[in-house]
Amino acid sequence: MLNEYFFVLKAEWMLIAIIFLLLFLKVGTSDWKNETLLYGINILLLVNLLVGFYANLEGGLFSGMFHNDALLILEKNILNLGVYLVSLIAYPWLKKHEHVLEFYILLLTTLLGMFFMISSGNLLLFYLGLEMSTIPLAAIANFDLDKRKSSEAAMKMIISSAFSSALLLFGVSLIYGTTGSLVFTEITPLLNGSPLQLLAFILLLAGFSFKMSVVPFHLWTADVYEGAPVAVTAYLSVISKSAILFIFLQVLYVVFKPMTTEWYFMLFFLSLLTILLGNLFAMRQTNLKRFLAFSSIAQVGFILLGLSAGSKTGMASVIYFLLIYLFSNLAAFGVIGLVSASTGKESIDDFKGFYKTNPFLSWVLAIALFSLAGVPPTAGFFGKFFLIMAGAEKGNYVWVIFAALNMIISFYYYLKVVKAIFMDQNDHPIEKLTVPALPKLAFVICLSGMVLTGILSWIYEYIHTLSNF
Amino acid sequence: MNLTLFLLFPLATAIAILMASGLKQIRVIALVGSLLQLALSGKLLLAYYEQRAAGNQSQMLFEYVQKWYGPLNLQYHIGVDGISIAMILLTAFVVVAGILVSWETEQLSKEFFFLLVLLSLGAYGFFISLDVFTMFFFLEVAVIPKFLLIGIWGSGKKEYSAMKLALMLMGGSALILVGMLGIYFSSKTAGGAHSFDLMELSKMNIPLARQMLFFPFAFIGFGIFTAIFPFHTWVPDGHASAPTAASMFLAGISMKLGGYGCLRVATYLMPDAAHAYSWVIILLATIAIIYGAFATMMQTDLKYINAYSSVSHCGFVLLGIGMLTQTSINGAVMQMVSHGLMTALFFAAIGMVYSRTHTRMVAQLGGLLKIMPFISTVFVIAGLCSLGLPGFSGFAAEMTVFMGSWQNPDKWYRLATILACASIVVTAVYILRAAGKSIMGPLGNDSYKDLTDAKWYEKSAAILLIFGILVVGMAPFWLINLIQPGTEFIMNKLAVVATGL
Repeated sequence: MLNEYFFVLKAEWMLIAIIFLLLFLKVGTSDWKNETLLYGINILLLVNLLVGFYANLEGGLFSGMFHNDALLILEKNILNLGVYLVSLIAYPWLKKHEHVLEFYILLLTTLLGMFFMISSGNLLLFYLGLEMSTIPLAAIANFDLDKRKSSEAAMKMIISSAFSSALLLFGVSLIYGTTGSLVFTEITPLLNGSPLQLLAFILLLAGFSFKMSVVPFHLWTADVYEGAPVAVTAYLSVISKSAILFIFLQVLYVVFKPMTTEWYFMLFFLSLLTILLGNLFAMRQTNLKRFLAFSSIAQVGFILLGLSAGSKTGMASVIYFLLIYLFSNLAAFGVIGLVSASTGKESIDDFKGFYKTNPFLSWVLAIALFSLAGVPPTAGFFGKFFLIMAGAEKGNYVWVIFAALNMIISFYYYLKVVKAIFMDQNDHPIEKLTVPALPKLAFVICLSGMVLTGILSWIYEYIHTLSNF
Repeated sequence: MNLTLFLLFPLATAIAILMASGLKQIRVIALVGSLLQLALSGKLLLAYYEQRAAGNQSQMLFEYVQKWYGPLNLQYHIGVDGISIAMILLTAFVVVAGILVSWETEQLSKEFFFLLVLLSLGAYGFFISLDVFTMFFFLEVAVIPKFLLIGIWGSGKKEYSAMKLALMLMGGSALILVGMLGIYFSSKTAGGAHSFDLMELSKMNIPLARQMLFFPFAFIGFGIFTAIFPFHTWVPDGHASAPTAASMFLAGISMKLGGYGCLRVATYLMPDAAHAYSWVIILLATIAIIYGAFATMMQTDLKYINAYSSVSHCGFVLLGIGMLTQTSINGAVMQMVSHGLMTALFFAAIGMVYSRTHTRMVAQLGGLLKIMPFISTVFVIAGLCSLGLPGFSGFAAEMTVFMGSWQNPDKWYRLATILACASIVVTAVYILRAAGKSIMGPLGNDSYKDLTDAKWYEKSAAILLIFGILVVGMAPFWLINLIQPGTEFIMNKLAVVATGL
């Protein structure tokens, strides 16, 4: 039994151990240099990532409140990988920061919350994990301590999260009211699509949409992304979004399976709106972080298309896409973060003529953008193709054609950035930057991820075998 | 014969280019790589003859299947028939010539040659694929190199042209994507699964309603790549702004991807719809032919002249496909080969002129024959081939298209054929006028006197392409015999339907 408590919760224990270690370091007298600390923490995170692949045990704990299976282990590993990459690309920024330890304590606490959230088998634990992952996140959005915009971002984030949590909670209480249970497996058979349950589902969906920044619940996204430090923006747009989507998959595919027809049409309209508005707004942006914010909104629209399949392939294609999205987006944010940390420049115009001075970084950014746009041979092509293919399964070709045509718009704005980097002239380009070892490692991992995840089909096949519902 | 080599050679060349340093090393690597590829294509042709002589009657030769994305029924399935071999040979010729004419690209030479090789990799991959998904994959692989080649090394309003080209081609890809998903979800193999496999798909009949719905997506999608009217507008700007080698690749290879796709995917897999929609295709093709020819007459820039004439000439490809007779489809494939070689040669000659005189305006040129006889001769040969002089490839190809088209007894189809034939007169007008003005007569500018004739690399590029043009022009039956078995299978599929209707 003790064994079970240890191994089923292994990923969580690992994080708790690291958090406590950092706490002790903080409390104890540590006058270590930032570089040393950062290298140490990154090694810890690497160990955490590697341990995630071994000695995993599937099973349920606390009478079904918490469960762990092969798919969840994979999802946790993906999140661990993402956090490791975020930590690597945060290096140039954190190097000069006074509160490195606090940053990591808060960051890992949010990750811990996400782990509990995706492993939950009960709406209460789900809500607990969600809040645990949101509140510290608002705190680290404020981590550019001397920038007003950063505090503004944190404020906006905490308010909008509180609002969306309230919606979620209302939805949860209605579910409890109609079914008399909070346990996922007990709810499902009692769902019959009655108006009250439908209202509950809509409230839940609105709460989720807030977190995933689905239009029309996206209004906080761009401001928060712009104000928060780049590493936190990367974390928000990739890790926290992936975690929410992982649990959203479970909720749609397992818990609300009896209401498939209802949620299919809701997703349909949300996705059309999200793709279109995300694309149209992304075209008009001049700040790279806002640009990526809107482009990531559009990406979520595509994810909803894949989600709508309601099948094994749908589930696999969403998880697969998120993995690729993680590599691509983190690579892009890594370059932007590096430039922003050393020069403070974040606008697209500043990147004109970037290729002349920084060819390596330019290629990383360009390949990341190609991958986000879905151009082969990068993995993004496969990711997006499979999403659309999964969406076509139900024969809703209006949606497919809409998505395919919107890919052209998205192609336009990604290419606009590529054009600025490679083709436009600039009298004062960003000077030559030295890439520290840790971000360089992140770029190499992201690049190989963006190339190999597509060509090597077994990654998808592996995810497909695990996709259970 | 292992067809995967056609991917591994360019890949190895590309990696070697990345390792190399300095223009001298890079261009030698690129040239050696492309020559090896040419030799490989020659070997493929011989191997093909050997197989056919040994009595191998199967549709595709040297097939190889490897599961790729198992749960989604994707495969890496490759194989060739005569049509693909003709296309592969064309690609190999144009790639060698393109690398030769870019021999002195100083600016960012590593990236330049890398992108050229990447573009050729996409083309080879496309032509050997027998799986719609892999075809689509390689088709899109070739888009980004075009964008970067035009945008970085181009001239004129290059950013605009690059963006326009990339977006229109992506638009084509988006339509193809819808079309191929439609085909996929309408298919059902013996095991009950869906399939992207061309050979599997050709054995089954897609329901008529589905065909009528998805044929336009697939055909117009591929058609955009081959400048179907009214989606041809990327062609003039793209070609005119591109650096010489990129123009050659664009017109010589990239536009052929579209024609090949129209034939192999849209027409072959959805024959009922091809019959039903053939009048639309012919209408669009005829407009493209006539409109392209007249638009060319109004151009003053040599590159625009050639680009608009490409719209007109590629119209013959679509016309041939739309007529749906065996001869006309043979003609369409021949026209693809012929047009590929001819425009590549034309763009090479224009590039040579431009690199010396720094102008492409016909009005400012003149009397070049006295100063650079070799380049001028090349120019004239390309022009004569373009206007369809017997003995050159253009004549053989266009003649076959016309003969095939006439076999279609419908009176409207005949009218289209007559109109298309008439465009040749217009072609003669603009070609002779452009060639006469820029090559004959008094010198356009006194400073031209000091200009030099072609260097060895330019000469070899031109001779290589002229060799191809002459072979096709003098011995067209050689090419027809190569293509024929491939088109026969397509015709059989089309005929089954025609009698069934």
